Amino acid sequence: MGFQTVKFYQTGTFTVGNRLLAPDERSVQADENRSNSINSGHRACQGCGEALGARYAIDAAMAESNGQLIAANATGCLEVFSTPYPESSWQLPWIHSLFGNAPAVATGIAAAMKVKGRHEVRVVAQGGDGGTTDIGFGCLSGMFERNDDVLYICYDNEAYMNTGVQRSSATPPAARTATTMPVGSEPGNVFGQGKNVPEIAMAHNIPYVATATVADLRDLEYKVRKAMRLHGARYIQIFVPCPLGWGTASHDTIRMARLAKETGMFPVFEAEHGEVTGVVKIRHKVAIEEYLKPQKRFAHLFGKHAHPETIARLQAIADRNIRKYGLLDEGGNQDV
Amino acid sequence: MSKPFAITLKPGTSLANLTGTWRSERPVYLDRLPPCNNACPAGENIQGWLFHAESGDYEQAWRVLTESNPMPAVMGRVCYHPCENSCNRAQLDSAVGINSVERFLGDEAIKLGWKFAAPATTSGKKVLVVGAGPSGLSAAYHLARLGHQVEIQEAGPLSGGMMRFGIPKYRLPREVLDAEVQRILDLGVTLKLNTKVARIEQSMKEGNFDAAFLAVGAHIGKRTFIPAGDATKIVDAVSVLRSMEGEDKPMLGRRVVIYGGGNTAIDVARTAKRLGATEAIIVYRRTRDKMPAHDFEVEEALQEGVMIKWLSTIKQAGEGEITVEKMQLDDKGYPQPTGEYETLAADSVVLALGQDVDLSLLEGVPGLELKDGTVQVSSNMMTGHPGIFAGGDMVPSERTVTVAIGHGKKAARNIDAWLRGTVHQAEAKHELAEFQNLNTWYYSDAHQTVRPMLDIIRRQTSFDEVQGGLDETNALFEARRCLSCGNCFECDNCYGVCPDNAVIKLGPGKRFEFKYDYCKGCGLCVAECPCGAIKMVAEET
Repeated sequence: MGFQTVKFYQTGTFTVGNRLLAPDERSVQADENRSNSINSGHRACQGCGEALGARYAIDAAMAESNGQLIAANATGCLEVFSTPYPESSWQLPWIHSLFGNAPAVATGIAAAMKVKGRHEVRVVAQGGDGGTTDIGFGCLSGMFERNDDVLYICYDNEAYMNTGVQRSSATPPAARTATTMPVGSEPGNVFGQGKNVPEIAMAHNIPYVATATVADLRDLEYKVRKAMRLHGARYIQIFVPCPLGWGTASHDTIRMARLAKETGMFPVFEAEHGEVTGVVKIRHKVAIEEYLKPQKRFAHLFGKHAHPETIARLQAIADRNIRKYGLLDEGGNQDV
Repeated sequence: MSKPFAITLKPGTSLANLTGTWRSERPVYLDRLPPCNNACPAGENIQGWLFHAESGDYEQAWRVLTESNPMPAVMGRVCYHPCENSCNRAQLDSAVGINSVERFLGDEAIKLGWKFAAPATTSGKKVLVVGAGPSGLSAAYHLARLGHQVEIQEAGPLSGGMMRFGIPKYRLPREVLDAEVQRILDLGVTLKLNTKVARIEQSMKEGNFDAAFLAVGAHIGKRTFIPAGDATKIVDAVSVLRSMEGEDKPMLGRRVVIYGGGNTAIDVARTAKRLGATEAIIVYRRTRDKMPAHDFEVEEALQEGVMIKWLSTIKQAGEGEITVEKMQLDDKGYPQPTGEYETLAADSVVLALGQDVDLSLLEGVPGLELKDGTVQVSSNMMTGHPGIFAGGDMVPSERTVTVAIGHGKKAARNIDAWLRGTVHQAEAKHELAEFQNLNTWYYSDAHQTVRPMLDIIRRQTSFDEVQGGLDETNALFEARRCLSCGNCFECDNCYGVCPDNAVIKLGPGKRFEFKYDYCKGCGLCVAECPCGAIKMVAEET
């Protein structure tokens, strides 16, 4: 069973905090004394989903490990905007080495802590989808295969944003990037390629794999805290919209993540030892157009030279996710 | 200092980087005016008292409520709740049952004996209130809490005005009314019953009053000429309802015809039914959608077996029967006679055609302006004569208990200012909290709790209260359906969703603050605020 939503206390657990909830039912982010792992002054764009997702996740991991946490970071936006030498926004021990080796670095830290007998110290590794699904993939698979005691968090914004929005293996079909036909009559990424890393992680039969979005904080915190209570290799992929790379308004970051989940484009689930153990159901199902339309990377699908057949193919992907993961309740979803 | 190998700079923190300079718009917290508050004729801070009810602090909720309205148990029964008609939640699922929560709070207060706080200071000024109806009682309450000495002079034998002599018991049990009146009197308000003010200036002089508030109401039933034989009993609605409070119940017979289409007509028809009439027929000259009576009351009357003859006027009343003429609406919606007649059996005819004000107490007062049978007052509720204020049904306005209570409050504040030689300045209204200001994703679907209704047989045969109240559990549920439109309820969303940690949480009850040094102006806090309590404003360049 996943995070148990409190459905009715005005806003229940839908909001970050709620004065009507008992203290032990409240979120880490609602706490005045949360660790603020990534502090103000970082150079992320306005409305950055990754900066938000990273604070949500690392604050939760800090809370669960009583602050005994070391982070290894892959190259990418998160590293660049947080730590331009000699400044850093990170308020925990943090190491950056290369683009592709964050899982290996984290493995090494975990091994060192084990040798030193520092069992209380926990290790996370983190990176964007480029560093995770492409460049660091070999190291990541090795870390999974050895079941090293590391929680790897991938902040998925579906392209290489830091270097100017190039396609990654997490870029969805039809999305326009700098390298997926930015111009021409058929711009956008091709169908049928790319990697589903959460499913690949599950294929390693590691103790815990989960997906989450920045639109559902309570589910995200639940998954990070649960992962931190386990040992061995764990993987969480967090969906973090990118206003710059997607061409969305900076205030729409959370809305886009919510729509990705509500359309079925991004299935939110958790799996233990290779088996799905819980899914977050769609609350108010919406058509794919609602998710695509606000994004400039999909603008070529609409307007004068619209591509309804491409939209239909994207809808089919969402429908397949809904079917595969059972994202809809029988007889409609009800809050109360 | 010596640095590690290959290190040339000291490690620094990103706090040195003031990203607030990137901003072209800044978020600001604000309170918007919830539509319920905006619609309330009594000026209640509904969102404000629901906020306390949500956390189960019913006494504090009641205290905030009674800052505007001293009679929540009455209002929770008889108010036509314009608040609920404007509730933003109606666009989501169904309006918050504000009226039922108000009644719950009022009943709790009576049950647990909550009292009003005594005024902190006394002004030494004396104010005469004429009439112990809702408007007079409300004014007396507010004046007393402002520290003035108040005396109510009431012509009738009991307090309450139209709440007692106009609203039937099945809508407002008298023990509820008595309890709320007594609580006002407990503040030190003097009530003189059976004391008709014949000449206002004389009464003020005799009692050394510094100001007066007139709230005599409108209790003279309007008549219309109906050719009638001697044997036909024609009475007016106000007299019927008033006599219900006495020992001798009105004798209306088995077949009662009520003439008119307002709430009073409905009240009389339902009363007649309860008194044993086999037929209670309302004759109204227009159609149901044009009827001034509230639709739910029409519906309840129909359920109880009241019949309504639409598009009909009474032409003649004979012995045991009346003649009605059928009407039809013209292009402009006015009823026109058709020349078609029919007869109805009737032992009595009750005229419910509206009420006039008895203005005799104002004779000879200089400066007053009377128009269409009402007293004209300026925006501060003062008549043309300095020191004499008026409100309720005797001034031009919608004639409801809620409006009357609002008049009493408004007049009291202006009388207070006038007595101090100042002018009352009402606070500027905040901008309205509209549905599009909300992010309704964050609220759970939850439909309004339906209040229990008395079974139909008892409704037709007794004066027991028709509509039941909520209990603690469902009153709490109902209060928590409030969206808190336009007013922060500390959900921590802004504090949580800021990617730049640029929101400071100040602690329970203290809300939040922006760290403008770091806020980049992305607007996520505004977009994700459930209740619309933040907005973006352009930075000055």
